[in-house]
Amino acid sequence: MKDTDIKKLLYTHLLCIFSIILSIFIPSFFLENFSILETHLTWLCICSVSVTAVNLVLYLVVKPNVSSKRSSLSYKVTRFLKCCIYFLTSCFFFHVIFVLYGAPLIELALETFSLAVILSTFTTIPCLCLLGPNFKAWLRIFSRNGVTSIWENSLQITTISSFVGIWLGAFPIPLDWGRPWQMAIEGKHSISLCTRHGAWHCHTSNLILVTIVQGRFHPHFYT
Amino acid sequence: MQKISVLLFLAWVSFLFYAGIALFTSGFLLTRWELTNHSSCQEPPGPGALPWGGRGEPGACWMASRFSRLVLVVIDALRFDFAQPQRSPVSGEPPVSLPFLGKMGFLQRLLESQPHHARLYQAKADPPTTTMQRLKALTTGSLPTFVDAGSNFASSAIVEDNLIKQLSSTGRRVVFMGDETWNDLFPGVFSQALFFPSFNVRDLETVDNGIMKHLYPTMDSDEWDVLITHFLGVDHCGHKHDPYHPEMAKKLTQMDKMIQGLVKRLKNDTLLVVTGDHGMTISGNHGGESELETSAALFLYSPRALFPSAPAEEPEIIPQISLVPTLALLLGLPIPFGNIGEVIAEVFSEIEDSQPRFSALAQASALHLNAQQVSRFLHTYSATAQDLQVQELHRLQKLFSKASADYQRLLQSPQGAEAVLQTVIPELQQFLRGVRAMCIESWARFSLVRMAGGAALLAATCFLCLLVSQWATSPAFYFGPLLKPTASGLSGAMVCAGLLASTGLKLDSMVLGAMAAVGSLLPFLWKAWASWGSKRPLASLLPMPGPVLLLLLIRFAGFFSDSYIITEARVAPFLLISLILLLVARLHWEGKLLPPKLLSIPRLGFLTPAGPPQYSAMHAVGLGVGLLLCIRLAGLFYRCHEETPVCSSSPLLSPLRSTVDGRTKNLWYGACVGALVALLASVRLWLHCYGNLKSPEPPVLFVRWGLPLMGLGTAAYWALASGADEAPPRLRALVSGASVMLPRAVAGLAASGLMLLLWRPVTVLVKATTGAPRTRTVLTPFSGPPTSQADLDYVVPQIYRHIQEEFRGRLERTKSQGLLTVAAYQLGSVYSAAVVMALTLLAFPLLLLHAERISLVFLLLFLQSFLLLHLLAAGIPITTPGPFTVPWHAVFAWALMATQTFYTTGHQPVFSAIQWHAAFVGVSESRDFTWLSAFLVGANTFASHILFAVGCPLLLLWPFLCENQGSQKRRQPPGNEAEARVRPEEEQEPRMEMRLRDAPHHFSAALLQLGLKYLFVLGIQILACVLAASILRRHLLVWKVFAPKFIFEAMGFIVSSVGLCLGIALVMRVDGAVSSWFRQLVLTQQKAGEQSSLVCTGAGSSARKAQPHLLPPCSQDLLASGTSLFYNSRS
Repeated sequence: MKDTDIKKLLYTHLLCIFSIILSIFIPSFFLENFSILETHLTWLCICSVSVTAVNLVLYLVVKPNVSSKRSSLSYKVTRFLKCCIYFLTSCFFFHVIFVLYGAPLIELALETFSLAVILSTFTTIPCLCLLGPNFKAWLRIFSRNGVTSIWENSLQITTISSFVGIWLGAFPIPLDWGRPWQMAIEGKHSISLCTRHGAWHCHTSNLILVTIVQGRFHPHFYT
Repeated sequence: MQKISVLLFLAWVSFLFYAGIALFTSGFLLTRWELTNHSSCQEPPGPGALPWGGRGEPGACWMASRFSRLVLVVIDALRFDFAQPQRSPVSGEPPVSLPFLGKMGFLQRLLESQPHHARLYQAKADPPTTTMQRLKALTTGSLPTFVDAGSNFASSAIVEDNLIKQLSSTGRRVVFMGDETWNDLFPGVFSQALFFPSFNVRDLETVDNGIMKHLYPTMDSDEWDVLITHFLGVDHCGHKHDPYHPEMAKKLTQMDKMIQGLVKRLKNDTLLVVTGDHGMTISGNHGGESELETSAALFLYSPRALFPSAPAEEPEIIPQISLVPTLALLLGLPIPFGNIGEVIAEVFSEIEDSQPRFSALAQASALHLNAQQVSRFLHTYSATAQDLQVQELHRLQKLFSKASADYQRLLQSPQGAEAVLQTVIPELQQFLRGVRAMCIESWARFSLVRMAGGAALLAATCFLCLLVSQWATSPAFYFGPLLKPTASGLSGAMVCAGLLASTGLKLDSMVLGAMAAVGSLLPFLWKAWASWGSKRPLASLLPMPGPVLLLLLIRFAGFFSDSYIITEARVAPFLLISLILLLVARLHWEGKLLPPKLLSIPRLGFLTPAGPPQYSAMHAVGLGVGLLLCIRLAGLFYRCHEETPVCSSSPLLSPLRSTVDGRTKNLWYGACVGALVALLASVRLWLHCYGNLKSPEPPVLFVRWGLPLMGLGTAAYWALASGADEAPPRLRALVSGASVMLPRAVAGLAASGLMLLLWRPVTVLVKATTGAPRTRTVLTPFSGPPTSQADLDYVVPQIYRHIQEEFRGRLERTKSQGLLTVAAYQLGSVYSAAVVMALTLLAFPLLLLHAERISLVFLLLFLQSFLLLHLLAAGIPITTPGPFTVPWHAVFAWALMATQTFYTTGHQPVFSAIQWHAAFVGVSESRDFTWLSAFLVGANTFASHILFAVGCPLLLLWPFLCENQGSQKRRQPPGNEAEARVRPEEEQEPRMEMRLRDAPHHFSAALLQLGLKYLFVLGIQILACVLAASILRRHLLVWKVFAPKFIFEAMGFIVSSVGLCLGIALVMRVDGAVSSWFRQLVLTQQKAGEQSSLVCTGAGSSARKAQPHLLPPCSQDLLASGTSLFYNSRS
């Protein structure tokens, strides 16, 4: 069971990374003037949609958690609606956090909100997929000794590293190096494009790391 | 003894830091040798004949004088574009209409109508663009260096050779009227002088009107050869409003009229010079080296034709100090010895001789004289000091000898030397410009040894702080070894210094201080290493948890980037918010926020978290969100760094006086008063909450009555200050008198409050009740043998109490009836109450020094630190009986908050952002820059440093305060009515800060540790500044960003360390007072001869009777029987 789980984990993470990379290259075939730096909002939407889609598909295929006993349609619909509400709430929550962190309140609200959406995509959606709309379970995951399975462990690490990545992304903002990606930030005076870069970069690299780390160091959860 | 040694040790560590800072400063900040040589009239600057009628006698020293009289009008801060002629607008473009553009219409008319008589230049001032430095440069022709920048407004006489000295030594009558700074620079030189105080920048009229009153009569009187006037109105208008204020237009028009009047009275032999000493920024300040600050207007006019050609389309840009040699030669004076300026060649053309050749020759001779003088100066200077680059010096000397030879050739063969003439002028100019460039470069030379020494000393001291603070947390810590090596090292260093001094070795005081520091530091480190370091691995020296270390490293690294320093106002809150979120997340991670049943999974029941949650999740999250909100709101008060390209400072920082709209003004005023009331109310509420407001002690009375009075005074002062311009003329004197007296009254009240606090710091309510016999403790039923530690903890005190009751019962039977119970309330918050009161008392005078709307920031500051302390307390376990620790993240968050508040109170670490207006709060007629003004400006700038440093002990005290709340929350609703009545309250009675008192040794150690940790965090910052400034000393922005940052950080460190020592001393004073209070209480009870028991409760607001838990069990009998030495034995 352990080995199969680790294998599954590896594949899911690889697929996630693949979807992010694809979201960079594929749209350029369909959309004119597409580039990450200039049309970053479009790219962000595409990226977040694709990551969500991949997560959902993986959830349906892999079924990491034991499915609930009830499977009536109304139950599924309520569950889905609940998930949507959770997702939206998390978007607004992150938006508020960003504003408190120093993002401008009114101008660039769209940019800030898209950042909140992409952060939610990387953190809330995996949580929803794995744990369902159960906030208490989420809280349990992010406490010491709260993790019970290898899936939860991977969730914990990827989510935390997404936060760390988006946090690290803020650091190049004040620098005056004049790089193109920085110019994009300065031109827009946004809380930052590179913050987003930070998030997905860290996320992807950590997805890879997590798979390796988990395979090697955390099997004792199942022994 | 322990207390004194704690203070001494902290003072010694601060001294080590100071020594490091001073050593570094002496190597880093630029200095230049001032030569006292003087040029003399008889002695030509070099070999060769004097040209063109130079006879070496007064009136025609080196050159024949072209003008016998001079009118020099210095208009302070006359920026170039203030005087720039306005072209008629091109069709299609809307005319630019700004209050300062095109207001000098008369100058423009002169320039257009008499192109050969008048000329406008754009004079480039060298930084620092402060008035005294500029006046020095305008009279000596040299480059005042960076160190001088600090002594603005406190100028002392110029020792170098200068124009004014030359004028008076050749017998010219120099009349001066205007800025008083000239009196300090040139004492007793003027034949007639009229000085006006310059420091009151709010006053736009006094100086200018005073000059105007006397200017024309003096001009007409003919009792002068040189007339100098220095107008201040334009500069003051910039400081008070900004250049865009309509007042500026009025001021410039007035100046224009004044010049018109002067020109009317000019005689043929008189030269008129109108110049600004520097420019001003968009916000009306100056001091830095931005384009707007350094560009000043320079206008020359003579009734005779002076210039051979019509002016160019765009006025020429010349260095400001070019004026010095030009004026000297035009007036027939020797050029001042130390001048490195270059003459304005075109004024030396012979106009009457229309031949271009003669005019060029005349220019060449003026330039040659100038070059000879500069070369002589270079020669003398390089013989005195070795700080000029040798190769460059040689190159320049070669250049000069070649140009000089060419010039001699030109003189000997006047015919057919057109080609030579064409080369001589550029050669001479090249030489002069080369010298100037070399001087600018070389007077920025650093002493690397001193810089490295200072940095090393700072680093070693930081290490020491780390070492000892770690050491102080260990239970076996004792104070003896702290002082011995220190004392021995210090005495050794003193002996060394004495020996050196007696042997006649001259030593810098900086070096001496540093030697003393190193001498005392080394034995200590050696001893510490030998006794402690060898036993343990070095890794344990890094006690900080990873995330805090990471944040500290980020902060450290940020000092090496100019962008991060410029945007530090945003970076510090960012780090602070990160730290807060981290704290909340960690509380959750460790399972302290949620009840365990949520976190444990049914099937893994053994994974329960370590302890029960101390605080509810909503409590901690609420604190965090409140903090974030406060920080974000405080971020609205943002002042731009002068280097930020596109940025506008928050309008909230300007004083209410500048608000034009009356309605908005009133609204804002209401908000400010509201903030004031809220601040007062919250402090009172806090004191009330902890019960300290009930004490009859004088400080509490002061808090009840004095604080509202202070608030009233502040509000009244704001009303007067913001509406002073609208006051009816009759009341003006009254208003100005009141606006002087009110701040003084508030400061006096604050000072008396502090005195009261120091005199009687124990704010405790003592109630004596002849009590009914004590309710007997009823043992809660407990059956079976105790199985766990918790059971034991529960049972043993019960048994003890029972026995105690038994004994007491027996004693009571033997003694007389009428047991007296003395209840002392609020003993549990006695330390922090004193600190909070002191902070409030300090905050009011500091608030007065700021603009009105900063009161909102002060309110946020108190709120923010309150929330932060609560949040921090949530994560700190109380370890009784010690050793107590203050975690690193708490100290770091505190320091970050101090930095953040520095920015939100409208400051930036640049000189142009210093709020000079603070020097006039409560000062009536400031005639001079005094120590009081310096103190006021310093208090304004470092207000946040002071408040947070004094409040630092709260970090140690607060967890004990919060114990109260925790225990109150934990108190379960009793299931059984009878038990609730019977169950003794004292079971749960928190001892709060008395826990600290119970372990005086650990208390002292904790204070020491707290102080050292705070000093370490601050020291790391200053170390980073020092390293950045030395590594990046050739960086483009070193004088704009890194050096000012270092100076501000160093000053802030000094202020903070003093404040920290004062705060800790205050806590110790309270401790001492509590001890003597106890002694006294016991003595009085003993004298009364009654049997007594002492009851000390924490925050109880009801007169609960509580267990006398302060008394150690062994002393129970002693007290009961009337002997009262149990506390004496401890001290």
